[in-house]
Amino acid sequence: MDEKKAEITRQFIAAIPHAAAMSMRLDHLGDGVAEISMPYDPRFVGDPQTGVIHGGAVSSLMDTCGGAAVMCHPDAPAGTATLDLRIDYMRAATPGQRITARAECYHVTRTVAFVRATATDEDRHRPVASAAGAFMVERPAETET
Amino acid sequence: MKRRPPEPVQVIKQRRDAALNALIHGVPYIRYLGIEFDRRGDELTAILPYRDDLIGNPMLPALHGGVTSAFLEVTAIVGMSWSILWEQMESGALDPMTLDPQHLPRMPKTIDFTVDYLRSGLPRDAYARARVNRSGRRYASVHVEGWQDNRARIFAQATGHFLMPPRDG
Repeated sequence: MDEKKAEITRQFIAAIPHAAAMSMRLDHLGDGVAEISMPYDPRFVGDPQTGVIHGGAVSSLMDTCGGAAVMCHPDAPAGTATLDLRIDYMRAATPGQRITARAECYHVTRTVAFVRATATDEDRHRPVASAAGAFMVERPAETET
Repeated sequence: MKRRPPEPVQVIKQRRDAALNALIHGVPYIRYLGIEFDRRGDELTAILPYRDDLIGNPMLPALHGGVTSAFLEVTAIVGMSWSILWEQMESGALDPMTLDPQHLPRMPKTIDFTVDYLRSGLPRDAYARARVNRSGRRYASVHVEGWQDNRARIFAQATGHFLMPPRDG
């Protein structure tokens, strides 16, 4: 992929305060594809009896990953924001394991980018969650208010 | 036959607040985000106090979409759990003083959650309220609205489906 675009995306992800707070790591970037993971953290537990990570933490990861996929799509400019995001939770992530999201921006129009994503724990064959979303495409020359 | 005098208001308040606190403070992720709940009778308003590390776009700046989503999802789950707890508490089936993080009622599980981002989240406190539109034996459908400075200007809304915890007995 375009190295300049990858570098801008990398810098943008690294500058997100909440992604840093959750120790998110950019693992892979391709044309319209991104992989971001986060470590298991007891602070993000949603069920104290089982130690399972809260769905909200998984959605933060998916949202970040979806935005990164849009940013590194060849037809999309750098800026983006989420319009809507639907997440389906298939199973509880295994406590103690790293969670990885993979997002693919599969279509871009002049104004909208369409994204699908999945999240897995260390068992890569059984997804923890899947997501589908629409992202705004911000074109600097014709900014609307 | 003599009627029993009503319970003193502070006894009722203490019981209800204890139940709510057990529900919220037992969940590490709710504590991590710093979400608090304001209770008026059985109505809850969730509050997300602003913090710099909740930002997703430092250029605008705007709240992280994931934070907004998590905030609304927490509001939905707590709202549903609270309505279940409220019934059990008011019927006398459950003594909230016996609740602690290791002995909480089972929470509903999220099946799916769809967030609609209407405008960017400002670097300020956010508020949210959940409405349980349908609550059956197994499934529930919940709608959540989030706002910031103006109640009428919703910045995000969400709909989610949840799997209800199995009932005892």
